Amino acid sequence: MSGLQLKNPVLRWIEYRLPIFSFLDHSLGSSYPSPRNLSYWWNFGSLAGIALVIMIVSGITLAMQYTPHVDYAFDSVQRIDRDVNFGWLIRDIHVNTSFFFFIVVYIHVFRGLYYGSYKAPRELLWMLGLVILILMMATAFMGYVLPWGQMSFWGATVITNFFTAIPIVGDSITTWLWGGPAVDNATLNRFFSLHYLFPFLIVGVVILHIWALHRFGSNNPLGIDTKGPQDSIPFHPYYTVKDLFGLGVFLTFLALVIFFFPDSMGEPENYIEANPLSTPAHIVPEWYFLPFYAILRAVTFDFLWIIDAKLGGVILMFGSIVILFFLPWLDRSPVRSSTFRPYHKWFFWILVLDCFVLGWVGANAPDAEFHGVPFVIIGQVATAYYFAHFLVILPLLGIFERPKPLPASISEPVLPGGGMAAGAAAKPMEKA
Amino acid sequence: MAETANPPHGGEGETRRDFLYLTAGFMGAVGAGIAVWPFLDSMNPSADVLALAEVEVDISPIAEGQAVTVMWQGKPIFIRHRTKDEIEAAEAADADAADMIDPETDEARVEKPEWLVMVGVCTHLGCVPKGQRAGDPRGEYGGWLCPCHGSHYDTSGRIRKGPAPKNLPVPPYVFLDDTTIKIG
Repeated sequence: MSGLQLKNPVLRWIEYRLPIFSFLDHSLGSSYPSPRNLSYWWNFGSLAGIALVIMIVSGITLAMQYTPHVDYAFDSVQRIDRDVNFGWLIRDIHVNTSFFFFIVVYIHVFRGLYYGSYKAPRELLWMLGLVILILMMATAFMGYVLPWGQMSFWGATVITNFFTAIPIVGDSITTWLWGGPAVDNATLNRFFSLHYLFPFLIVGVVILHIWALHRFGSNNPLGIDTKGPQDSIPFHPYYTVKDLFGLGVFLTFLALVIFFFPDSMGEPENYIEANPLSTPAHIVPEWYFLPFYAILRAVTFDFLWIIDAKLGGVILMFGSIVILFFLPWLDRSPVRSSTFRPYHKWFFWILVLDCFVLGWVGANAPDAEFHGVPFVIIGQVATAYYFAHFLVILPLLGIFERPKPLPASISEPVLPGGGMAAGAAAKPMEKA
Repeated sequence: MAETANPPHGGEGETRRDFLYLTAGFMGAVGAGIAVWPFLDSMNPSADVLALAEVEVDISPIAEGQAVTVMWQGKPIFIRHRTKDEIEAAEAADADAADMIDPETDEARVEKPEWLVMVGVCTHLGCVPKGQRAGDPRGEYGGWLCPCHGSHYDTSGRIRKGPAPKNLPVPPYVFLDDTTIKIG
């Protein structure tokens, strides 16, 4: 099966001492068998990887021009936009790719939710992905502070203030995070340092993620295991070319936004320099955090007597991601793909809708109303539903849902006699 | 031969080796912990940041009914020269102090009734409440109003309505003379 035949003697010399070419061939080449039925929903993993590379390349270039000091940071970003050769382009690439990175990763996560990609034996693969998501969020939060605009400063103030909710040690932890009595130069400096570090931690976890992926290979839209060579095709050239096509579409949209709507997803308030004496009227995080922000603010009451509203909100916000680590054990259904799960399919789409509702609530002021219904109430209902989906609905579906019959194999529906051994299937295939 | 090289399981040598593993492992962990500490502690406020811990303010130019904001430790400090009406309103509210979100009398929050000095950072999520300038919204209790999540503070800086859990804190300060205060 190992199809790699190196003709070039130099490559052969290297391969003998460091088998890197066969390693790559087994990872992304013709020796990596992939399910033959992967749909376009399987493009988003490679797109996320490419987005990460774009972020690192543009970020390293920006760091060469940026000054992490409260007196110069805002001006240095303006200098990048106005004076640095192609600085405007590189910064727009960095800013807008971060938005696309989150879009792609969220689609990738929901793809996994729909097709049950988190189920055995891919639980660790799923959990490593969640670690990547958490690292991404931390990186994005710290990156948003660097331009030192009003939203940078006040977003950092509000978010780091949540650590004061921790009983007893909260204030010391917050002071330690800030490096002073408030968000100031020390905070900006460490955020810059960590914003540079974290992407490389992400690269490390991505390698583990891909390693775990290659142990059992990709899941697929049918959610059944590959049963033999008739169910799979080599990754190269079939999926390299499919991924490249997807990349072309992705880059088209990205370029459209970068060149024509570069500020469409940003917050205008951040073009005002940070002022510790004046709070903007309405503090909102970047849009990709809005659902989490809504969960955070949904808790307006004290529970029990030790957890006040502030701490309760923080616990639920982190809980909304932590709960996903337990998903492989909360979803008891042995069937992976929602194609064969008549109820889960609908609950999945309700969950997607619920996340959009949370995002919409997060974008509005907490005391605002929608046709007389306070947003905080909508946020509480949507938050309750989010947790109910994982803690109540999924475990119950595992017991009461009757899945549709699964096909015998991936190739059965498309190849005559496809479920059978390769020899039996060979003849009809030759005719076709 | 095998018996001489490997003493029987559960023998004295085995226990001693376990002990060595444990003590060495424990000392290694303690050492690693000690080695990490300087790096963690370096992120705490540095000496120059802490040195900015005191400011002196000349309060003579602040007319009755006016307020100024000064920076102390990177935080805004509200200094308000309160009017008679404001002092009376704050003291009258002392009667309801027990029902407040964070019960405190006006007397406990001031050195001299006409001067109210406090940290201008909302105790909810750290925004700066409005009410320092003429024309700012002052909230339902005539003091300060936080624009972020609608916390209302009275003329003594006490939280009366809204999500904030605590009154605006009073920083440590002393009157050096009638017209100068030292904060910190």
